[in-house]
Amino acid sequence: MATILKTENLNKVYRLGSFTSNRQVQALNNINLNIESDQPVIISVVGESGSGKTTLAKTLLRLVEPTSGHATVYDQLVAGKGVKVGKTQFLATVQPIFQNPFEAFSRYRQVDSYLFETATRVAGHSKDAANAALETALSAVGLEYKDVHGKYPNQFSGGELQRVSIARALIPQPKLIVADEPVSMIDASRRMIIINLFLKLKQEAKRSFLYITHDLATAYYISDYIAVMNKGTVVEFGDARTVMSNPQHDYTKLLLDSIPTTKKKWDRKPVIAPDVAGELVRGGPGTPAKK
Amino acid sequence: MIRLNNVVASYKTERGVVNAVDGVSLEIPDGCIVGIAGESGCGKSTLMKVIYGDIGFPLALASGSVDYGFSDDSGKPVTSRNIQKEWFKRISYVPQSSMSSLNPVIRIRKQFLDFQDQTGNKAQILEQVKSYVKKLGLPEESIDSYPHQLSGGMRQRIMIAMATFFQPEIILADEPTTALDVVVQKSILLLLMDLQEQMGNTIILVSHDMGVHYQVTDKMLIMYAAKAVEYGDSEEIFQRPLHPYTRLLINSLPTIGDDRAREGIPGRPPSLWNKLQGCRFADRCPLATDRCRNEEPEFVEYRPGHFAACHYADSEANLSEVS
Ligand SMILES: Nc1ncnc2c1ncn2[C@@H]1O[C@H](COP(=O)(O)OP(=O)(O)O)[C@@H](O)[C@H]1O
Ligand SMILES: Nc1ncnc2c1ncn2[C@@H]1O[C@H](COP(=O)(O)OP(=O)(O)O)[C@@H](O)[C@H]1O
Ligand SMILES: [Mg+2]
Ligand SMILES: [Mg+2]
Repeated sequence: MATILKTENLNKVYRLGSFTSNRQVQALNNINLNIESDQPVIISVVGESGSGKTTLAKTLLRLVEPTSGHATVYDQLVAGKGVKVGKTQFLATVQPIFQNPFEAFSRYRQVDSYLFETATRVAGHSKDAANAALETALSAVGLEYKDVHGKYPNQFSGGELQRVSIARALIPQPKLIVADEPVSMIDASRRMIIINLFLKLKQEAKRSFLYITHDLATAYYISDYIAVMNKGTVVEFGDARTVMSNPQHDYTKLLLDSIPTTKKKWDRKPVIAPDVAGELVRGGPGTPAKK
Repeated sequence: MIRLNNVVASYKTERGVVNAVDGVSLEIPDGCIVGIAGESGCGKSTLMKVIYGDIGFPLALASGSVDYGFSDDSGKPVTSRNIQKEWFKRISYVPQSSMSSLNPVIRIRKQFLDFQDQTGNKAQILEQVKSYVKKLGLPEESIDSYPHQLSGGMRQRIMIAMATFFQPEIILADEPTTALDVVVQKSILLLLMDLQEQMGNTIILVSHDMGVHYQVTDKMLIMYAAKAVEYGDSEEIFQRPLHPYTRLLINSLPTIGDDRAREGIPGRPPSLWNKLQGCRFADRCPLATDRCRNEEPEFVEYRPGHFAACHYADSEANLSEVS
């Protein structure tokens, strides 16, 4: 079995400020995850903003150096002391997809030039092979070359451009794709197009995903495993269906309880004293003349 | 009752004039929470600006009007022409991305005192503001802070405190929780619901999240490409939507515990710059026929209080269960 993702005592401390004031933020606090499987998997990392999700993603993408600990992706040590994997091999192991596709592409460049560059520079293809790799990657996300040829980012909707950035991530044939909030900028009505695409790429192209999100419903929908993060710590980790249907940690319960579902109304306990509104305004200077 | 009479609102741009709200008619009864839903760019924020009467270049009310069902101090009925005099006191507005609309270099307390024209005793108002803010779950000291010293959730509570302080009859809130985490979002929405219950006023709430609408709203308006496509009681809309677009919006959401496959709505709304004919949703609609592509459906009351603009709103094909 392959070790798809393993983190060992992974820590990241950001130090802020100058010599005089130094505040520290423990963005990752001893993260230990281990997922072994023969089949590709989708692992979700959920949690509120500031919980350390992006820092975890950046550590795996080698955009951030961990303070201590190690991370392994598909049996390759990718982060921590003693990492040996070379750049090319690394890029064929892990590829990113970011939250805002409009920031991932310069508005002054045609998007197909990015795809081509990834194919030649990162994947090391010759010109002809690059074109073929481009076609293959685009067709995997339901696009054709003519849909992107000569176009600038502003000619796409957010969802379409995100598909282009997924195509780009596929070109080096990475084993794991790290997607940090990939649908949060996309209309709810079109999120499922991207989410279903991840499922399809897992099943057909055998890619694994680390899906980072604060949207628990889509995480439930696509994940095999789920890690719940709070303040730099993984508070609960396990099989996605088990965690979501039988959460053990209070924080997981709180998150699940806060989702606005369309199936069951929230329990409503009064959140403010019953007389606030009346007491405050009656006779007050701004009392509207009600007619 | 707020009445929108065939409202057409347009933006003047370098390319010409575009109608971002294109003939919306609606009656909103007093004392309820009304949601406005639809994909980004469908005209939700523009409609809110029109209702608030915040109309100025490049936005114009090209035709139609809004009646608010109340009169001003001189007894004149309030419409879109004179609603501006009622700002803060009888109608208030929490604009989209209001989290950044607090002035960053001025303390909250001063913004609280400045945001309406002052008549009363400052010290007295300040005391009231303090007690109000406290009851909305914020520390009293928060009004002595600068906006950047507060978290996103706290800033949004301040915005809501400002918008509700004078108990206006109408409160407009444009995506008030979109940028917030679920836990904070829930607390803010519950706060709004509580305030509405106690004040008995009308809240109009924009959100693109159907879950938020299900939890919070009594009635809902669904917009598509500058048009109203469905309006009615939220319960009814979630159980028996009339418009295929509404049904697809509801069905595109995954739910925890439900393992059925979910599909997004493929394609995208037509550009408002194109010459549009027929039903604007026809290109993406599984039920569309030639009639839909050619003849624009009218906004019709198919069931009591439940309106839709679809040629097949009451047809068999469209009445399958919402899952
Ligand atoms: N470059 C940085 N420098 C200092 N602090 C940072 C930096 N990046 C993130 N942080 C802090 O680390 C914590 C975790 O942030 P992040 O990983 O972005 O969380 P999430 O993605 O879950 O919102 C936060 O407190 C954040 O403010
Ligand atoms: N200031 C503006 N100038 C020109 N067009 C605008 C302006 N604001 C919005 N629009 C256009 O009006 C349409 C409706 O926008 P908006 O009301 O903001 O939609 P929503 O709130 O539903 O996302 C969009 O097509 C948008 O591009
Ligand atoms: Mg993040
Ligand atoms: Mg808007």
